[in-house]
Amino acid sequence: MARRYVSIWFRYLTTDWYALRQPQLKTLPFVLRTSEHGRMVITAANAIAEQQGIARGMLLADARAMTPSLQVLDDKPDLAGKLLNRLAQWCIRFTPVVAIDPPDGIILDVTGCSHLWNGDIPYLQSIITKLYTRGYHVQAAMADTIGTAWGVARFDDSIVIERSKHIEALLQLPPQALRLEPEVIERLHKLGLHKVKQFIRMPRPSLRRRFGNHFMMRLAQALGQQDESLHPIELPEPYHERLPCLEPIATAPGIEIALQQLLEKLCARLQQEQKGLRKAIFKCYRVDGKTEQVDIGTHLPSHHIEHLFKLFQLKISSIEPALGIELFILEAPVVEDHHPQQEAMWQGVGGLHDIRLAELIDRFANKIGIHAVHRYLPDEHYWPERSFKEATSLHEKPTTAWQDKPRPLQVLKAPEHIDVTAPIPDYPPMLFRYKGKVINIVKADGPERIEQEWWLQQGEHRDYYRVEDQAGNRYWLFRLGHYHEKIYQWFIHGFFA
Amino acid sequence: MSQQKADIFAGLQADILRLQGFKTVQNTVLEAGLGPLKYAFPNATFPCGAMHEFIAARPEETAAAIGFMGGLLNLLMSSNGSVLWISSSRMLFPPALQSLDLSPDRFIFVDVQKEKDALWALDEALKCSALAAVVGELPNMSFTHSRRLQLAVEESQVTGFLLRNQPRTVGTTASVSRWQITPLPSASLDDLPGIGFPKWRVHLQRIRNGKPGTWDIQWMDGRFVPVYQPTFTIQQTQQQAG
Repeated sequence: MARRYVSIWFRYLTTDWYALRQPQLKTLPFVLRTSEHGRMVITAANAIAEQQGIARGMLLADARAMTPSLQVLDDKPDLAGKLLNRLAQWCIRFTPVVAIDPPDGIILDVTGCSHLWNGDIPYLQSIITKLYTRGYHVQAAMADTIGTAWGVARFDDSIVIERSKHIEALLQLPPQALRLEPEVIERLHKLGLHKVKQFIRMPRPSLRRRFGNHFMMRLAQALGQQDESLHPIELPEPYHERLPCLEPIATAPGIEIALQQLLEKLCARLQQEQKGLRKAIFKCYRVDGKTEQVDIGTHLPSHHIEHLFKLFQLKISSIEPALGIELFILEAPVVEDHHPQQEAMWQGVGGLHDIRLAELIDRFANKIGIHAVHRYLPDEHYWPERSFKEATSLHEKPTTAWQDKPRPLQVLKAPEHIDVTAPIPDYPPMLFRYKGKVINIVKADGPERIEQEWWLQQGEHRDYYRVEDQAGNRYWLFRLGHYHEKIYQWFIHGFFA
Repeated sequence: MSQQKADIFAGLQADILRLQGFKTVQNTVLEAGLGPLKYAFPNATFPCGAMHEFIAARPEETAAAIGFMGGLLNLLMSSNGSVLWISSSRMLFPPALQSLDLSPDRFIFVDVQKEKDALWALDEALKCSALAAVVGELPNMSFTHSRRLQLAVEESQVTGFLLRNQPRTVGTTASVSRWQITPLPSASLDDLPGIGFPKWRVHLQRIRNGKPGTWDIQWMDGRFVPVYQPTFTIQQTQQQAG
């Protein structure tokens, strides 16, 4: 069967994507830039900018001089590749064989597909309109060979080249349409060969001698004399398991059995692929058409059936089966690589890397909430309230050492104001009154002055004293501000062991 | 004959201890660190897989209790253990753990609002044998709940500490021991000014199958140092003198 191909050209791929996210950009000239050898170079320009003469590869300074109102955004590396991959996955609805054609195209093998859309033209129009309504400027063409479709999509207005008419279509195109190297194109133009028809009838040996093997290969591919292979993309198979039930399930043990079965299937697959799930959703489709769902999250990727089951078990009671559930679906939307550890070595007390600890934290996070679990690391601040920060994970290592200054084990949520008798100028207090009791101070250490970090917060410094009373109770007091300014205040901040 | 009987008694006593959930875990570091306190415990070993209860009537006592508990945790955590700290009203200042030679980043804190959640979390944590110890800050504890926790630790051999700040009623619990730690005036070394090493009066109010007692203990250079009271002997001699 004769093959048919469609080539889609995303003329403004990356700029279209930015315009979709920021609709105000649609009516403005804007470019994407990246830094190259210390200069800002334009990597993509939208249609309005291109009309004003700005092109890819120009220096940003030059473009700004031409169009002062130019909007500039940072280009993301490999954005085009990711977008093409996503669009190619979306194009699977038109044909099973979709390949990426870097830097800005997609090629579809549409052999035997178009009759489902009642012919070639409605088929291609449907592709173009669907992509256009998504917000992309596209040009597409259908032909017998990949090379012709590619060239026609970019250098001609016709969209469908009829069967075995591809050579005629090719004749009117410029040599760029043959996907040649830039030097070869330049040489062809220098020789006055501005159209394919001018050189296609020349003897092959002389063409090969002048323009090389690559030129001959591209020409043969466009004419259909040489096969060109596609590398179709593979759709990632979603982590998804279904369990239909013959009889509606309405009891908690029934739901648990269903969940167990689904988890076994899903975890077997995850284990085989050395993956672990970070998030899972358990959906129950009820007889009355409603859907009940519960979801869980894990701290580390996991395919441990027992652990995941325990996490779900905490939430099963929230499922209302009503008249019964006829279909269970278990999905894992977030999956990460998980390399198995040698677990037997960790029997006994393990450290923070112990998998059992991670599982325990998961149970807390799912029942109480992840905000309830804290772990702290030292931070480079002297101000006591800022001297530690929250760790983002169990494995995060401290970047600095913990301060070795004496600090109280118990601190008040906020320092409490106290009345103090203290000899001036800088001696520790003699007695203070806290919660209606007078506390006589026998021993004291200090002061330890801690200055405000003015770049974070304005205010007075603190002079900290460690004091001990007759009974041996030890307190952490501080004076806010200087004595001589008469605006100082005393506070109690904590209790030492 | 009497020797035989003594052996039988010793064997039976060991059996009873085993049946009551006392598993003797060899922990030489722990024994070396406790000093004279260890003779209060059954078999002269600190019961590891058990719940220990600390009563604190004032915030000052809470700090002292955490100080003493920190000393025990230090011995339990050894090189890489981690501790879970479950609390409904936490006042602990993490960087201060450094002064007890504990590394604060090996502590995981679970802050819960409801007492019910705290009990659930404590129960779950005590079942996890990956932890070196679990500390629960819960003022009130009923006998039923404490028995549940004690059963959980007997299974997993995790050491549990229950810190009860200003409890409404002390009541009876199934915990193996009950402690009260009160701060004592610190002893200055060589008459140096300022505050010396922390010193506490450790009052072991109750210990299952052990001998309760009172000790004065100082925390010096990362270990417990018992303080023998010379004042006590002076008082005795004074009494004897008339």
